[in-house]
Amino acid sequence: MSQLELNYQRKTVNVKEMFKNPEMLTLIGFFILCVFFSIASEQFLTGNNISNIIRQVSINGILAVGMTFVILTGGIDLSVGSVMAFTGTIMAGMMINMGMPPIVAVLLGILLGAALGYINGLFVAHARIPAIIVTLAMMEVARGAALLYTGGYPLSGLPSSYAFIGRGDLFGIIPMPAVIMVLVFIIAYIILNHLPIGRYIYAIGGNEEAVRLSGVKVKRVKAFVYLVSGVTAAISGLIMTSRLSSGQPMAGEGYELDAIAAVVLGGTSIAGGRGHIFGTILGALLLGVLSNGLNLMGVSPYVQRVLKGAIIVGAIYYSSVRQKD
Amino acid sequence: MDNVLEIENITKEFPGVKALKGVSFEVKRGEVHALVGENGAGKSTLMKILSGVYTPTTGKIRLDGKEVIFNDPKQAQQLGVSIIHQEFSLIPYLSSVDNIFLGREKKGANRLLDRKKMRKEAEEVLQRLNANIDLNKPVAHLSVANQQFIEIAKAIAIDTKVLIFDEPTASLTGKEIDKLFELIEKLKADGVTIIYISHHLDEILHMCDRMTCLRDGEWVGTREVKDVSKQDIVKMMVGREIVNVFPEKPTGNGKAEILLDVKRLHNKSVADIQFSLKKGEIIGIAGLVGSGRTETVRALIGADPAQEKDVYINGQKVDIKNPTDALSHGIALIPESRKTQGLVLNMTIKNNISLPILKDLSSFLGLINKKKEDGVIEKSIQDLLIKTPSSQQLVKNLSGGNQQKVVLAKWLNTDCKILIFDEPTRGIDIGAKEEIYKLMRNLADKGLSIIMISSELPEILGMSDRVLVMHKGRIKAEINGTETTSEKVMYYATGGGDV
Ligand SMILES: Nc1ncnc2c1ncn2[C@@H]1O[C@H](COP(=O)(O)OP(=O)(O)OP(=O)(O)O)[C@@H](O)[C@H]1O
Ligand SMILES: [Mg+2]
Repeated sequence: MSQLELNYQRKTVNVKEMFKNPEMLTLIGFFILCVFFSIASEQFLTGNNISNIIRQVSINGILAVGMTFVILTGGIDLSVGSVMAFTGTIMAGMMINMGMPPIVAVLLGILLGAALGYINGLFVAHARIPAIIVTLAMMEVARGAALLYTGGYPLSGLPSSYAFIGRGDLFGIIPMPAVIMVLVFIIAYIILNHLPIGRYIYAIGGNEEAVRLSGVKVKRVKAFVYLVSGVTAAISGLIMTSRLSSGQPMAGEGYELDAIAAVVLGGTSIAGGRGHIFGTILGALLLGVLSNGLNLMGVSPYVQRVLKGAIIVGAIYYSSVRQKD
Repeated sequence: MDNVLEIENITKEFPGVKALKGVSFEVKRGEVHALVGENGAGKSTLMKILSGVYTPTTGKIRLDGKEVIFNDPKQAQQLGVSIIHQEFSLIPYLSSVDNIFLGREKKGANRLLDRKKMRKEAEEVLQRLNANIDLNKPVAHLSVANQQFIEIAKAIAIDTKVLIFDEPTASLTGKEIDKLFELIEKLKADGVTIIYISHHLDEILHMCDRMTCLRDGEWVGTREVKDVSKQDIVKMMVGREIVNVFPEKPTGNGKAEILLDVKRLHNKSVADIQFSLKKGEIIGIAGLVGSGRTETVRALIGADPAQEKDVYINGQKVDIKNPTDALSHGIALIPESRKTQGLVLNMTIKNNISLPILKDLSSFLGLINKKKEDGVIEKSIQDLLIKTPSSQQLVKNLSGGNQQKVVLAKWLNTDCKILIFDEPTRGIDIGAKEEIYKLMRNLADKGLSIIMISSELPEILGMSDRVLVMHKGRIKAEINGTETTSEKVMYYATGGGDV
C-alpha cells in the first residue's frame, strides 16, 4: 500500500513523510516541468497542444498500466511494443481486407493481445523461464508476425468512423484516448486495491513462497499479469491504428522502454512488491510533458533522449536516497 | 574488572515507535552479559545501535572509556564490536570463504584477490571454532548450524573486543547448542566480551555472568546471574510471575475419532511415514534438525512432491497436490522460517494476516470487504498481543517475536481443522509462549487437531498428547504423552532402537 493512502488512513498528513513518497516527487516534478514549459514556450498551454499531449500520454499510460501489474510481481514485459503493433495491424487488416465491422475487429484484436500475453505468462509461470527472456522472444515473434502479415507496408483505408477512437473527442472536448486511459486506470485500480488477486500480485513480488504456502495459486496470478499486459498492449494498438488511420507494422518500437520508465518513475519498485498505479499515471504524464515541451522548445531529439535517461536515473536516485534514513 | 562498554541514556525513535527510552548500563571486560526482555522490548534495536547498524536518537556509547559514534557496521567492526544478527546476513550463493571476507577481501601484490591467503585464514578461524565445514560450498547449501558458524567466523576473523549474539540458539538443536556454548567459553577465555540475547533462560543461567533486562524500551535492572533464579528473570521481564507455562493436558480423549490418517508417505527425504491424528489431539514431532520433520509435513500438504501418498481425512481418501488443496481440505501449515516462507516482509501486518483468507473476506463482486478485514485484523492483533502502533506497520519493522505472532495470526484465522505448527515458538518470549500454548490447547479442546514440530524438548513434553520421534527420515517411535521423558525422546532421536 502506498504511503499516500497510509497517511490518509491515519488522518494525519506528515509533510516530511509525504516528501519521502516517490509518487509525491513525481507529482512535484510534473508541476515544475509544466510551469517551466509554459514560461519557455507560448504554445505549451494551448488547447491544441494539451489535447496532443493527452493523446500521446494515453498510449504510453495504458501500456504502463499493464506493465505495472507485471513489474509488481517482480517480472518484466518487453513485448508490449511489438504486441501493440501486431494486434493493431491485425485489427486494421480485419477491417480493411475482410470488411469486418470495427467492433468485431477490435474485440478480436484485444483477444489476440490477451492470448499473446497469456502465452508469455505460461512460459514465465509454468516453465519458469525468466520473464526477460520469454518476453524478449515474444517481442521478436510479434514484430516478425506484424511484418509478415503486412508485408512490411502500412495497411491503410480504415473506415472513417473508426478514427473517432484515436482522434475524436467525447462531448466534443475530452479526447477519446484519455477516456479510454481513465477507464483502464479505474479498472486496474479496482483490481489492484479491491480484489484478492491485487493483493496476491503485490505479495508475490514480495515473497512468492510465502504466498504459495498461503494456498494461493501463484502460477495463475503470474499468468494473469502478463495477460493484462497483453490486453493493455492491444488497447494501445487500437488507439494507435485509429490515430494513424492505418495499421503500421513498425509502430511502437521502443515503447516498452517508455512504459517501464513510466512505471519506475511512478515509484514502483523494479524488484516488485511495492508501488502504486497512481504513480504510473503520473510517470507517464511526466514523460509525455517532457518530450512535448522539449519538442516545442526545439531541442534536438538526440539531446532529448540523453535528457530523458538522465532524468529517469536522477529521479530514482533521489527518491531512493530520500526513502532511506 | 573494568568496563569495556558504557551505554548512557540511549533512546531510539522510529516513526510511531519509541523503541528505546533512555537505557543505561555497563558491560564489563571479559564477561558474558545476557540481555533479556519480551518481544519488542528493544534488545535487537539496542544491539544494532552498538554495532553501528542504527544511530541512536540521543545518548552516548563509550568503548574503553572513549566516546564513540558508529556511522556504519564497518566502523564498529574496526573498533572491535561485531554482531551475529537474529536473522542471518550471509550471501547465499557465495562460498564460506568469500562470505567470511566479504568487504575486506585480501589482495595480493598484483591487486587481484589472494584466494589462497583468504582460504588459509578462513581455515584457521574455523579450526579455532572446532568446526568442520566444506569451504567450497555456497553457504546456501550448508546446514543452519554451519551457516551460523560461518557468521561467527566472519565476526572473529577480525580482532573483536565485543561480540554480540542475537538469539543464536533459536535455530540450533542439542549438540549444536553445546558446541556453541563451548565456543563462547573459548572466546571468553581469549578475552572477548560477549553480549548474549536469548529467550532461553536456562542458557542464561548456565552461561552468563551478568544480565540486563529491558521492558518496553526501558532498563529494568542489571544483576549478577548467580544471584537470580529463573523466576526472578521472568518477573523482571514480564512484570508478573508465570508458574506453569504449559496448560494442563486433558485426560482420556483416547477414544476420539481419527481425523487425519496418513497411511503412507514417501519421497526423497522421508520414508515409510505412517501416523494418524485424532480429533482434538496435539501430537508432537520430535527429532534432530534434518531428521525429516519439516519434509514430512511439507510433503503432506503438497508443498514438496511425494512419490507415494495415501492420506485419509475422516475416512475419505484425499488427493492433496498443492498447498491450495491442503487448505481446501482444512489443513494449514504454519511454516518454520518466517522470513522466507511465512511472511511478505515488505507488506503491512494487515495484508500479511489476511493473505490466506482474502477470498472469505470478499463479498460483493469479489471485492474485499475492508471493514470486515479490519475487524478480523484488529482482533488478531489483540488476541495475540502483537506489539505495533498500527496494523499498517510493515512487517519488516516488527521485532522477531512479533513477526512470529503475525505468522500465527495469519493461519489461526483460516477455519482449518488440522493445524501444523513448525517450530511455533521460535524466538518468542516466555509470556507470549504461555499465551500460544494456551491458545493451542484451547483450539484442541474445541476439536481442532494439531501437529507440532519442535526442537524444544520441554515444549514437546509439555504440550503433546502423543509424540512421534523421527530419525533419518523415518518415524522411529511413537510415545504416549503421559509416558514421555526427555531421555526416551533423545534416545530415539539420536538413532537408538536401531538394529
Ligand atoms: N526499523 C524499524 N521501524 C519501526 N519500528 C521498529 C523498527 N525496528 C524495530 N522497531 C520497533 O521497535 C521495537 C523494538 O524492537 P526490537 O527488534 O529491538 O525488539 P526485541 O527486543 O529484539 O524483540 P524480539 O525478542 O522479538 O526479537 C518494536 O516495537 C519494533 O516494532
Ligand atoms: Mg530481537
